[in-house]
Amino acid sequence: MTTITDVTPVPAPAPAPPGPKRRGMGAGKQLHAGPVTYAVLVLFAVISLAPLVWTAIAASRTNTRLAQTPPPFWFGGNLFKNLQTAWEQASMGTAMLNSVIVASTITIGTVVFSTLAGFAFAKLKFRFSSTLLLMTIGTMMIPPQLAVVPLYLWMSDLGWSNQLQTVILPTLVSAFGTFFMRQYLVQALPTELIEAARVDGASSLRVVWHVVFPAARPAMAVLGLLTFVMAWNDFLWPIIALNQENPTVQVALNSLGTGYIPDDSVIMAGALLGTLPLLIAFLLFGKQIVGGIMQGAVKG
Amino acid sequence: MTSSEQALARDASSADAGPGSLTGEPGPARGAQGRGTTPAPSSWRSRLYRWDMKASPYAFISPFFIIFGAFSLVPLLYTAWYSLHNVQLSSLDTQTWAGLDNYKNLFTSDFFWNALKNTFSIGVISTVPQLIAALWLAHMLNYRLRGSVVWRVVVLTPYATSVAAATLVFVLLFSPDTGMVNWLLDLVGMDPVNWRESDWGSQFAVSSIVIWRWTGYNALIYLAAMQAIPADLYESAALDGANRWKQFRHVTIPMLRPTILFTVVVSTIGATQLFGEPLLFGGVSGTKGGSEHQYQTLGLYMYDQGWIVGNLGKASAIAWSMFLILLVIAAINLLITRRLRKTQ
Repeated sequence: MTTITDVTPVPAPAPAPPGPKRRGMGAGKQLHAGPVTYAVLVLFAVISLAPLVWTAIAASRTNTRLAQTPPPFWFGGNLFKNLQTAWEQASMGTAMLNSVIVASTITIGTVVFSTLAGFAFAKLKFRFSSTLLLMTIGTMMIPPQLAVVPLYLWMSDLGWSNQLQTVILPTLVSAFGTFFMRQYLVQALPTELIEAARVDGASSLRVVWHVVFPAARPAMAVLGLLTFVMAWNDFLWPIIALNQENPTVQVALNSLGTGYIPDDSVIMAGALLGTLPLLIAFLLFGKQIVGGIMQGAVKG
Repeated sequence: MTSSEQALARDASSADAGPGSLTGEPGPARGAQGRGTTPAPSSWRSRLYRWDMKASPYAFISPFFIIFGAFSLVPLLYTAWYSLHNVQLSSLDTQTWAGLDNYKNLFTSDFFWNALKNTFSIGVISTVPQLIAALWLAHMLNYRLRGSVVWRVVVLTPYATSVAAATLVFVLLFSPDTGMVNWLLDLVGMDPVNWRESDWGSQFAVSSIVIWRWTGYNALIYLAAMQAIPADLYESAALDGANRWKQFRHVTIPMLRPTILFTVVVSTIGATQLFGEPLLFGGVSGTKGGSEHQYQTLGLYMYDQGWIVGNLGKASAIAWSMFLILLVIAAINLLITRRLRKTQ
């Protein structure tokens, strides 16, 4: 968990209870779910998905129709018009491009730096390593609000206001990511493999490139997905650091939502646009993201 | 800190001594080091190699510490510095010493205590139902299910939605006149609620956004911990005649205690920093937290004082107050954890 990202609850996975590593209920002794369980699960699923579906419905209607009761339950014909208006009013084109640049850079930085540091903490011996690892974990406690005022002042001094590097730089590393990679590499990277490379006279960088990165690839993918979601959704620092001329998607949505002439169907179209890229990614990689959160939680 | 972080600490300190760690020190002759002791093919090469072994761990961890230090740790100290100064957004170049004035202003301001109270109450009504629902959901996901992965992905979908997008939708759903929620209430014969103006109504609406986005996430964390509970515990409980509810109560919950504590702490930290949801829920009057500051949280108050009113010194003082509150919460949590461990 980096400092500036995740203003909202939770992103860190639960380092798990120290306890038996053996899978219990998962090992075939599980109870079968009854019809009541399925019914409640369906209810949870509906609550999870309904607001998203309804966003699309509202985005396809007119503002006047949204202002009537009962609210619309099915799609209307105004979707493309609303999307177009939102695209222009909130400079969604720039916003999407900016968000892609910001989230991708942060993701690459976080994954590479976390893997390097995680490898050092997992497999290399150096002075103060355990103290430094503890410090890394401890930094997760520091709330992002504490850095915001000085960062704002310094970035203004540098003439970096409204520029993307302002958002990218503070979020480029992650304490959570470092710890996540360390936990993975302790088990997944055989020490003999590194030793063998050493015997062949490989330098540390060669070891990283030819041994560590390949071994870490699954965890890197998961950390990358989690980081991308977090970076795309980051809110506090971008709305302080960027203005409406050069926004990320969240800044653009904020300006749509706090506009003085609210057109609800256009706002919903904007919300849809801002969520769609992540929803598509989620559809494609949902299984890995779920696995990543559960893995982060179990590997204590 | 939390029990889980203590567990981490133990884990971390045992890591170096563990069999998995590589020695960078000479030690048992290995690799090039071994080669280097016999007549060296080129001594600069072995020196380079030794230097590489010594320096590379630090090189690998340095990006984290440099960037974190520059953009989080140093700013943290500077925030304390600014909180003792008069720093106005309109005249950034003139910063005068203010001593404890910012803090004095803060602690005598009704808005600060109001924001503190709101942060607390919204924190409670968003965290408690969220974690209970997550526990319940995890318990059900732990049954043998058809399409178990699909269920997990579906309940996690809100996690992929941003604060901004989610809040904009909930604003419409909770619209007092035409919103879906009041329409549903009307269907079941209940009076409409003014989700914008009323105290508890607006706080509930803001909380529901948090609950919606994070319940699935916490459920997955609980599910992971549940799957690590050994099956024999359930078998012996069943032999003793415990039904499903008793098994849940006497096996699952106690085994999950560290994880539950962890999620409580993390959710509490999140709740202390609540910002985006109330900001966007308020629309035009967002930074005020509603017409009567009904849902102005500390995070919102800081943003309002810093970037709308333009008093960055005061904003810094609010930030540090939030930090101190977090530390107090962490201390209380540590005490509770100790107490729990003793009684076990």
